[in-house]
Amino acid sequence: MATQTEARTDAALLAHLYRRAGFGATRDQIDRLARRDYAEAVEFLLNPTPETGIADDLVARYLGGETPQAYLAAWLFRMINSENQLQEKMALFWHHVFATGLTKNEHALASSTQIELFRRNGLSDMRTILLDLSRDPAMIFWLDNNENHLGEPNENYGRELLELFSLGVGNYTEIDIKHASRAFTGWTFEQPLPLYPYGFYDAEFRFNPDDHDNDEKTFLGHTGNLDGGDVIDIIVEQPACARFISRHLYNFFVADEVQVPSWNDVPPRDPELIAAMEDAFTGSGGEIKPVLRVMFNSDSFKNARFQKVKSPIELVAGMLKLAGNDQDFRPDLAVYVAVPMGGAAMTTVAMGQKLLDPPTVEGWHTGKEWIDGGMLVERVNFAVEEIGDGSDPGIARLIERLIESGALATPEALVDGALDALGPIAVDETTREGLLSFAADSASDDERTRVLRMLRLIASTPDFQFA
Amino acid sequence: MTSNGNGINGKDPVLVVVQLTGGNDFMNTLVPYSWGRYYDYREAVRIEEHQVLKFSDTLGFHPAAAPLKELFDAGDVAIVQGIGYENSNRSHFRAMDIMHTAEPLKISTEGWLAKVIRELDPEGENVLTGVSFGRGLPRAMAAPGVRVTSVGDLDSYGLMTSVEIQQQRAQELDIFQRVYTPAIGTGATMSYIRQTGIDVLAGIDKLQSIAGQYDSSVEYASNPIAQSLRDVARTHIAGLGTRVFYVRHAGYDHHAVELPLHERLLTELSGALRDFFADLRDHDASEEVVVYVFTEFGRRVPDNGSGTDHGSGGGAFILGDRVEGGLYAEYPSLDPSTFANGEDLEHTIDFRGVYATLLEQWLSVDSHEIVGGQYEQLRPFAAA
Repeated sequence: MATQTEARTDAALLAHLYRRAGFGATRDQIDRLARRDYAEAVEFLLNPTPETGIADDLVARYLGGETPQAYLAAWLFRMINSENQLQEKMALFWHHVFATGLTKNEHALASSTQIELFRRNGLSDMRTILLDLSRDPAMIFWLDNNENHLGEPNENYGRELLELFSLGVGNYTEIDIKHASRAFTGWTFEQPLPLYPYGFYDAEFRFNPDDHDNDEKTFLGHTGNLDGGDVIDIIVEQPACARFISRHLYNFFVADEVQVPSWNDVPPRDPELIAAMEDAFTGSGGEIKPVLRVMFNSDSFKNARFQKVKSPIELVAGMLKLAGNDQDFRPDLAVYVAVPMGGAAMTTVAMGQKLLDPPTVEGWHTGKEWIDGGMLVERVNFAVEEIGDGSDPGIARLIERLIESGALATPEALVDGALDALGPIAVDETTREGLLSFAADSASDDERTRVLRMLRLIASTPDFQFA
Repeated sequence: MTSNGNGINGKDPVLVVVQLTGGNDFMNTLVPYSWGRYYDYREAVRIEEHQVLKFSDTLGFHPAAAPLKELFDAGDVAIVQGIGYENSNRSHFRAMDIMHTAEPLKISTEGWLAKVIRELDPEGENVLTGVSFGRGLPRAMAAPGVRVTSVGDLDSYGLMTSVEIQQQRAQELDIFQRVYTPAIGTGATMSYIRQTGIDVLAGIDKLQSIAGQYDSSVEYASNPIAQSLRDVARTHIAGLGTRVFYVRHAGYDHHAVELPLHERLLTELSGALRDFFADLRDHDASEEVVVYVFTEFGRRVPDNGSGTDHGSGGGAFILGDRVEGGLYAEYPSLDPSTFANGEDLEHTIDFRGVYATLLEQWLSVDSHEIVGGQYEQLRPFAAA
């Protein structure tokens, strides 16, 4: 390393921040990052710049293409390699909340444009985000707002906007849904050129005034000739919106909560932090960054180590980063996230997460619901396979680091060294005892094999399923 | 373990549940073609009379459901018309939860089939008593302390499969067993993951033996529901003691462009069901199997010009050799004065009564606690 400066931030805390606000970091990256103050590290993540991201033209040159496979390879590349880790994580966050499925629209360009939208405005404010979402062709088609006509309203978008995207059940009535739906009549998109023979063309938002309902509507106590923008303004002012978004962010970044439909009945796990996040939301008129700043700098966040089950994409992107063979533009990155044409389910898909294609408009259930017997098998097998024979550069580097640091001196040093190298991460007593007995029993293996087997054993533990 | 009092040539009864995810359009599955109001309400999203596969003066199947009609004509399909519950919920999330927990009034976390598995195998002796095929365990099969097996794809089921040196792999699986052994005081999610790991090890031992044993002349289609039902057939034929199977078929939320999408799904579903029973019969393993096909809600009576919105009053199917084929409960009225919410089909039988029917009359399990009370049952099974 070029300069050796003393660490200012605990490596374990930084590794925690990067697992949550990003997709992990290698042990060498953590050493470099530890020269920053923690709050400084948070600000860096909150303020992405083009210079620290991955240039679009590079991605287009090497990983361009109009298929979902191509787009997902490019997104995974950014998750692994972009320094703007939080920007990519927020794109994933909004994809969770505004779950839009490719199965229905079968238009990969529109779906990927929606993710680009989340990457671009995911750290902005709720009004901008909901307004852009309501004008996004993939969303309009997904929830049939193009079928929401004057005199023939289609309630799908109006309902989910309130139930799943902003307020949660119990904070509006069926009447509010009907009136909100009418406010979005005429919000449609320009049909793109046909796929054959032109290829994919982007669809564009279009407001059709002739199809818009200009009669009086009453929405959450406000009456007038409301249109979609007015409805969104009213939504963002609701205390229920501040709470709903704060709980979503908490569940995604801090610790697993009960599933969304229970939020009306089950109080937050950490009411104090949620209240502080709500205040930051309300005080800034619905901005996202202040909420995240309060959250990441809170003691609750810092102490919430291993309180979240890793989502499949967090596990996969984190392991690929660890293996360290994906700095190059590899089109075959798609095999980790996408279903090939006519082929069998690939890694994250088999683990229950098909990006660009959530199971329903409710998105993915999180927490322990990420894991059942079948998915545990997929997760363990994937992690063990990525550690592989130790020849990938990232793994080879970890093995070298451990041997050099004298980790083979005692069973304890081998277990502790390997846990440090993979995060640092922690395991509980039961797991530690199992690992220690393995370290003691494997003394007849050569040095490299001992370290390699310890790494893959840790990757198969129950503790490794947590972020 | 409990077994059916009547006995099916000495075999234990088996229930296969098929979930149609998204809200199947029952009116376009079982079409009331002679009722003028159907065509009044369905101006665009309709099955024309000449396309309907008629079996009575009033009703017929969607043309894509021809294989299902074959089974029906052979007397193997009980059609439950107008299934639902009071104040049907139109949210997918909530409606499916209600179907999974048999609890419409409050949020419950215990699945109805998980409770059935608990009754069938109270000591949890066999992790394969309940098996779900496909990604993710449905809430219907989940309850604290009830151990079931969830298999994505039967052919690739195993742990640490990439470790080539078998002696290393065996040693590492021993450590795996040790670190996954549930410990006290490590938190609910950690305990759950550990128990899952231990169950996986037990299930793998049994399921790994299946692939080599199965031989069939039936060629299933390559779509997910056909492959899932093929996995059910292979596991059932292998005789591993599974009493409850669960599979899912997704994509029924047709708010728009319904006609071609629905046609494809009904083609896949009905073909898969026909092949499944043919396979079981080839292996003399069909008479102890009953299939229950359900969805979370029916769809709105009037179409929206391109698809149909969330509604109520859907339909379900009970299939099997021991089923007395025919129509059960009444087809919901198309008289608008009877509509629920002014625009939905009113249900004619409570879904909990259908669950009770399957539990009491097929699996011989007391239903009272599982469905939360007494509900009107059907009589869809032939006397033993």
